[in-house]
Amino acid sequence: MSKAWQPTADVDSLVKRAELLDRTRAYFRDRDIVEVQTSTLDQYGVTDVAIENVEVPGFGYLQTSPEYQMKRLLAAGMPSCFQIGPAFRAGEVGRWHNTEFTMLEWYELGVTLDQLMANVAALTDYLVGSQPVVTKTVAELLNDTFKLDLHEQNEAHFIDTATEEGLRGIRDFTDALDFLVSSAVAKLDVERVFLTEYPSDQAALARTVRRDNVEVALRFEFVVNGLEIANGYDELRDVVEFRRRCDSDNIRRERLGLKPKPIDPNFEAAMANGLPECCGVAVGLDRLFAIAMGKPALSDVLAFATRVE
Amino acid sequence: MASYSTNEFRPGLKVLLEGDPCVMMESEFVKPGKGQAFTRVKFRNLITGRVWERTLRSGESMEAADVVERDLDYLYSDGDLWYFMTTDDNYDQIAADANAVGDAKDFLAEQARCQITFWNNNPISVTPPNFVNLAVTETDPGLRGDTAQGGTKPATLETGAVINVPLFIEIGDVLRVDTRTGEYVSRSKQ
Repeated sequence: MSKAWQPTADVDSLVKRAELLDRTRAYFRDRDIVEVQTSTLDQYGVTDVAIENVEVPGFGYLQTSPEYQMKRLLAAGMPSCFQIGPAFRAGEVGRWHNTEFTMLEWYELGVTLDQLMANVAALTDYLVGSQPVVTKTVAELLNDTFKLDLHEQNEAHFIDTATEEGLRGIRDFTDALDFLVSSAVAKLDVERVFLTEYPSDQAALARTVRRDNVEVALRFEFVVNGLEIANGYDELRDVVEFRRRCDSDNIRRERLGLKPKPIDPNFEAAMANGLPECCGVAVGLDRLFAIAMGKPALSDVLAFATRVE
Repeated sequence: MASYSTNEFRPGLKVLLEGDPCVMMESEFVKPGKGQAFTRVKFRNLITGRVWERTLRSGESMEAADVVERDLDYLYSDGDLWYFMTTDDNYDQIAADANAVGDAKDFLAEQARCQITFWNNNPISVTPPNFVNLAVTETDPGLRGDTAQGGTKPATLETGAVINVPLFIEIGDVLRVDTRTGEYVSRSKQ
């Protein structure tokens, strides 16, 4: 008899998952952050080059994150808020990836990015247990691990180092950089680390600032046991800059043979209307739960994970 | 030759990596939330046996390696080459060189059914059966009745390999040997 009907996670883990979900909500309740629900299906998708929507013909796209709709709520006057719900990313299946996964997305008004990072660390302590946390800029990480100077951006050095580290099929500096950051993270011997100050071309929807004459993105990633858990921004509020970044995404998309995506006009209008100053973060909740339970794969905490053939 | 894209990668797949035939041991999809997707793969080089780790950008592909494994019976060696015979009705003979035979040469017993890996129809590695029977050609005189002491001494086998054996073993004895560890198992009844 085939066992394909059975859940991928055992029932005990799913019961534990329910407790963790409850604790997560309690954390926000105690801090008076409002739980919201937005739609997983929307007419528009994202232009992000490295993220593909699941398309629903005739309806639009399953959302890769609730970011746009939650920011529309903020623009309409919603106070600090969070959401726990499914997000979808086409083509992402593996030990730590599932096309449909659970995202915790939250926005806080009137906090700095450092304060939001402290809150992410506190939530992690609350769910997983306390551990010391290290903060490093991306430039420090690359310099400490590979003696590479991020600001000099010597393309040949980056490509040579990535090749030595085992990467094949490198097209450009961005490929090498993405790979080197993740292999440097894997080599870190600290359990929890915040990476900050991303190169400005990897700002996504974060604000950028000049530091020592270099433009850096006010963005962080939170890595636990070598696994990326959260990605946070000091949120971009400039609609002209937003449009410029979407256009440059679409240019890169076309260059890579990907379909350009229309810019979400509702989100664009909300930004033009005015987004409050805020910081926001997306947390891969299934991963965090797997770490809290000491499980080696997402399929151990998801009732029905996509089976890898 | 066919090729495999990263989304087809799975353990056991045989591919060419930097010109050498390799078998995939494990493959993992890795992707930063806001970055390029990669596939991290562990390979075993089928010629050297060494483990290689490489990361490929997702969507890249690798050329399939024409690698097959077949069972053949060992016949004899002329010193340069080792000869094997197919187990079908054709009785074809195949010669493998020292690189392909490698450490297996120490444990090739006549008639032993070996697994040979072929790459582009050439033998590249030989795996003898887990246990073989080999005669002792040289060892110090045995100490009869001393079986309880548990001491060992070196003995040379008909293949030229030297292994540790119990003190009671004599020249001409046929030993059962574990080819994976190179250890003495027992004295064969033969």
